[in-house]
Amino acid sequence: MESDKKIEELLEKYFEATATVAEEETLRTYFSQESVATHLAQYAPMFQYFTSAKEERFTKQVPLKPKRNYFKWASIAAAAVLLVGLYMNRPEADPTPDDLMAMYTPEEIESAQEALAMLGMNLNKGTAQLSHLGEFEKTTNKFLTKE
Amino acid sequence: MQQSEFLNVVMPFKDKLFRLAKRLLVSTEEAEDATQEILLKLWSKNKVMESYNNVEAFAMTMTKNFCLDRLKSKQANNLKLVHSNYAEENSGLQTQLEAKDSVDWVQKIMEDLPEQQKMVLQLRDVEQYDYDEIAEMLDMQPTAVRVALSRARKLVREKLVQKHSYGIG
Repeated sequence: MESDKKIEELLEKYFEATATVAEEETLRTYFSQESVATHLAQYAPMFQYFTSAKEERFTKQVPLKPKRNYFKWASIAAAAVLLVGLYMNRPEADPTPDDLMAMYTPEEIESAQEALAMLGMNLNKGTAQLSHLGEFEKTTNKFLTKE
Repeated sequence: MQQSEFLNVVMPFKDKLFRLAKRLLVSTEEAEDATQEILLKLWSKNKVMESYNNVEAFAMTMTKNFCLDRLKSKQANNLKLVHSNYAEENSGLQTQLEAKDSVDWVQKIMEDLPEQQKMVLQLRDVEQYDYDEIAEMLDMQPTAVRVALSRARKLVREKLVQKHSYGIG
């Protein structure tokens, strides 16, 4: 155990920052013990703190494996798949009027138009007749409101 | 450099990086993040690492710079939280608690020191580096390290004594 005198000298050197690492170590061990001279006790917390501060550890795991660029490659692959898919599923071009002319003779087209016109006419006839039903409804409504 | 080799080089001083980061950033989480960042940066440099003659000092310097940058950007972005109203110390506490308390006080005192003194104190009194090593890490003259260290130690002592006499008076 160091004498108080020695410790005082070391402390002086310590505060002037001229003490060696070994001398500072002596101070730390001196202040880590239970019995410290009362006039030196005020320095104890410093050295005790430095000793305890050294106990702290870095516990977090560091993922060192460099992140393989899976995402990069996956995005490239996805883009490629998308492009191929789009190419494969390209919707067939709609038949243009030119194609219609090419596929059917003018007579055929004309008869088709005629048939469609007839269909429209007859449909209109039917709906016109249906309008009589409206009259029927009006009269029933009259009865209902009278009651 | 292989991963195992890298780990062998880095593991012995990773705690020191963390403690320095924590000294500067105060918060444990932030210090952990910073340390992780530094280690990853080092790992990304593993090809050239063999050419560094002192990887540890290099890593310490990196940590210092990283944390100081962090602090700077934080100060620019956030309002600083200042604790000016620490809870009043109870004078009737048991002596053992009081001793523990004053050890914690050293930590609080150190938080208030200027960054450079903080680092010098951390590197010398906690990690026990040579003055030359500290000078290399902090990019300072060895004499400047001594001056800063002496100043820091005296400041801590002064504040600690102040604190003690408050307790008595």
